[in-house]
Amino acid sequence: MPRYSISHLMQLEAESIHVMREVAAEFERPVMLYSVGKDSSVMLHLARKAFYPQKLPFPLMHVDTGYKFEEMYDFRRRMAEEYEADLIVHRNEEAIAAGANPYDLGTQRCCGLLKTQALLDGLSEGRFDAALGGARREEEKSRAKERFFSFRDRFGQWDPKNQRPELWNLYNCRIGQEESIRVFPLSNWTELDIWMYIHREDIPVVPLYFAREREVVVRGEQLIPLEGQARLLPGETPRSMVCRFRTLGCSPCTGAVRSTAASVEEIIEEMMVERISERSTRIIDHDQEGSMELKKREGYF
Amino acid sequence: MTDIQTFLTQNEEKELLRFSTAGSVDDGKSTLIGRLLADSKNIYEDHLASLKQLARKDETPDLALLLDGLKAEREQGITIDVAYRYFSTPRRKFIIADTPGHEQYTRNMATGASGANLAIVLVDARHGVLTQTRRHAFITSLLGIQHLVVAVNKMDMVDYSEAVFDDIRRTFLDYAAKLNVSDIRLVPVSALEGDNVVVKSDRMPWYHGQTVLDILEDVQFLTDRNLVDLRFPVQYVIRPHQNARYYAGSVLSGVVRPGDEVLVLPGQNRTRVKSVSSFDGDLEEAYPPMSVSLQLEDEVDVSRGDMIVHPKNLPHVDRRFEAMMVWMGEAPMDPSRHYLIKQTTQTARASIDHVDYRIDVDTLHKVDVPHLALNDIGRVALTSNRPLFHDAYQNNRLTGSFILVDYLTNHTVAAGMIIDRLPEDRVPMDVDAGSEPRASTSKRSSLVDPDRRIARYGQKPCTIWITGLVGSGKSAVTFGLEAALYEEGYSVVVLDSSVVRNGLSRDLGFSAADQAENLRRVAECARVLNDAGLIVVASFISPSEEGRRQVAERIGTDRYMEVFVDASLDWCRKHDTTGCYVKSDRGLLRNLAGVDYPYERPNDPAVKVATETDPVDRSVSRIIAVLKERGYLLARP
Repeated sequence: MPRYSISHLMQLEAESIHVMREVAAEFERPVMLYSVGKDSSVMLHLARKAFYPQKLPFPLMHVDTGYKFEEMYDFRRRMAEEYEADLIVHRNEEAIAAGANPYDLGTQRCCGLLKTQALLDGLSEGRFDAALGGARREEEKSRAKERFFSFRDRFGQWDPKNQRPELWNLYNCRIGQEESIRVFPLSNWTELDIWMYIHREDIPVVPLYFAREREVVVRGEQLIPLEGQARLLPGETPRSMVCRFRTLGCSPCTGAVRSTAASVEEIIEEMMVERISERSTRIIDHDQEGSMELKKREGYF
Repeated sequence: MTDIQTFLTQNEEKELLRFSTAGSVDDGKSTLIGRLLADSKNIYEDHLASLKQLARKDETPDLALLLDGLKAEREQGITIDVAYRYFSTPRRKFIIADTPGHEQYTRNMATGASGANLAIVLVDARHGVLTQTRRHAFITSLLGIQHLVVAVNKMDMVDYSEAVFDDIRRTFLDYAAKLNVSDIRLVPVSALEGDNVVVKSDRMPWYHGQTVLDILEDVQFLTDRNLVDLRFPVQYVIRPHQNARYYAGSVLSGVVRPGDEVLVLPGQNRTRVKSVSSFDGDLEEAYPPMSVSLQLEDEVDVSRGDMIVHPKNLPHVDRRFEAMMVWMGEAPMDPSRHYLIKQTTQTARASIDHVDYRIDVDTLHKVDVPHLALNDIGRVALTSNRPLFHDAYQNNRLTGSFILVDYLTNHTVAAGMIIDRLPEDRVPMDVDAGSEPRASTSKRSSLVDPDRRIARYGQKPCTIWITGLVGSGKSAVTFGLEAALYEEGYSVVVLDSSVVRNGLSRDLGFSAADQAENLRRVAECARVLNDAGLIVVASFISPSEEGRRQVAERIGTDRYMEVFVDASLDWCRKHDTTGCYVKSDRGLLRNLAGVDYPYERPNDPAVKVATETDPVDRSVSRIIAVLKERGYLLARP
């Protein structure tokens, strides 16, 4: 490469680091949302780079529904230790105790209680004024319009019609009492960028992303993993299948894909010939046309 | 190496190009973007397939899918806003800031264009260049984008006619001549049919240029970056332990290396860069847009908002500046109140001094207005409560830009691009040239005839203009000359900085504009004194040829005589008694001639004094000899 050129991954890295430092400098009580997935892994790695050689200047918060995969809980433990991070695990204990689950409530309502409500409660309990999240604009239609610094009113709601214009690298961090900002340092990364960066920087990710034999049931287009309290519909029989997960959510609502990609290189190779958009394996997004914009307005990430 | 590893090595090192697109859905913008997204995916697959020696099945890209999404958005009235889209080819990654053509176009286009290296403006070949096209091109230019691609779309609807395309090209280039965009290309395309978007069309053999994607892949935009002026605003201070400080930030321009001598603005602390640090180890250098942290050699007090620069290359440090502003707030600008201004990593308070004009984006005419309203663009003068470290937007997009925030609503209400005032500052007298008759030619109603004054004083009045660097010895020559002329019986007055700056120009600072105004006042003063029959010895640095020419014209070229006191900068530094050079070195003084402001040596002075070799009295005698030669000094009775 010619002198003073900079690769796209390094530019994305620089932009994300700039955003994280801006958050640390401008807010009193920032927090980083940690979802254990690959985007969170990248975000955590970038945060370490941004503040090196200091430890992270903010805690991590995992909004835990109780329905995550075991491998995710293991990985979370490992990462908190490795990054010497202050990890907050927040759960909607009330709803969990009442037995909230996607089978009886439907995914919309279950997500509303265990994710959106839990997130809002967690943020308000911690009195956090800024929350860093790993969402990317490429993931979904309504996210394409999202800002790096996304204003939320005192109820945590997003108003897509009233967003602050965002120019150059100048971010408006001003908020009033009880209002907050969601910050998305990975806004401009694509799924391919994420994997290439994981490859380049050798970033650890949950093994669920890699293909191996797993017990699943085939439900329409989706492969539903048998994990925890997964319920079978009439007529469904578990099968063992070589598959992997492209995104990680709650086990009852995250479909696996048929794949033999067992390494980062193979995942990238597979992506290059894969036409299905990444979130199509997330069941919640298909519930309702424009469901993400709706959820985001209510306070979801 | 396996195939995938070859692929990864190639793809991890590719460049990132950000571009904006403007045009309405009717222009076929979505189809064009859909075409780029879909066809580039095919290229990728071909690329990988060739690496893997595999054949790829041909598929027709499904543009409809993407189109439907956008259409639905419009029909359902879901927010129309800047949307970001992504695609890659084996050579580059692209980020598209897709801005809607109609609603809120100014605000959205400015937002989308602010980070872009290139802009694509769509024109419907059937309609040609419309008002909307002009708006889009103007905003592109205003936001400092150097590369503009005009995609003349729907060529299939005009039978791929060369004449239609040529007509549009001529009209557009006529308009664009008024804009400040260095690289403009027009491409005839049919996004729907795929002509000249990704694949070169054989239906337009008369077009010999590149396809849209070829341009996107080839355009040289890295050279648009400013690698000269180091600007490193401190964003965050990292304190891993008691004794270590890392100043974290992004290199906005220039290059910084360990060992560099640096100045931390606004202080006067000079120190050196101890290390350019990152998680991946110490770096040999950092350049834009890298985010790094700097360690400095000395314990200096540095906090967020300070700016690390090279001591011989300073930004403007000023509370007052002018800017082109795009008003984005729902409520119009209120010039009677203040706003928060965020510029680099500083936040200060700013008030609006006045609005010069609003630009009518359709006609480019300037309109007098008291304030700007939503989607207005205009030129505004502002004052901040603290000095901002800035450059002209034209030279530096990231130190020349700012946003205004309403401190009551916390909304971002405006975006600004700071204007370089220097070229105009150098010719301040042209500003009022039209409103005031030239002094030397104006009729005066004095009853005293100039000849009678000449006879009484025994002299033809003139101004001896003494120019040279600080410390070059101007004062010695000036006062030597005054004394000698007086002793010979002539009537003489000295004007120099100490006289003028303590009274007449007490209200002026040392910005280029104020220095120019100071000279204008001095020239006016000299003219009045000359009119009264007196000889004036004026001693001023007056660094620019143009400035001196204007002084001469104001006084009257027939009674202006230039003396150049010449000494090397080193000699001047050594003999300077004012402390100017020391202050300048510490960053306390800007625009010092010979240091950070050019001194243009006079081309043809009446007398050149070589201070380093000539004794003062000899120089004075030479000046008097020339004055006599030119008939200014009449023989004493």
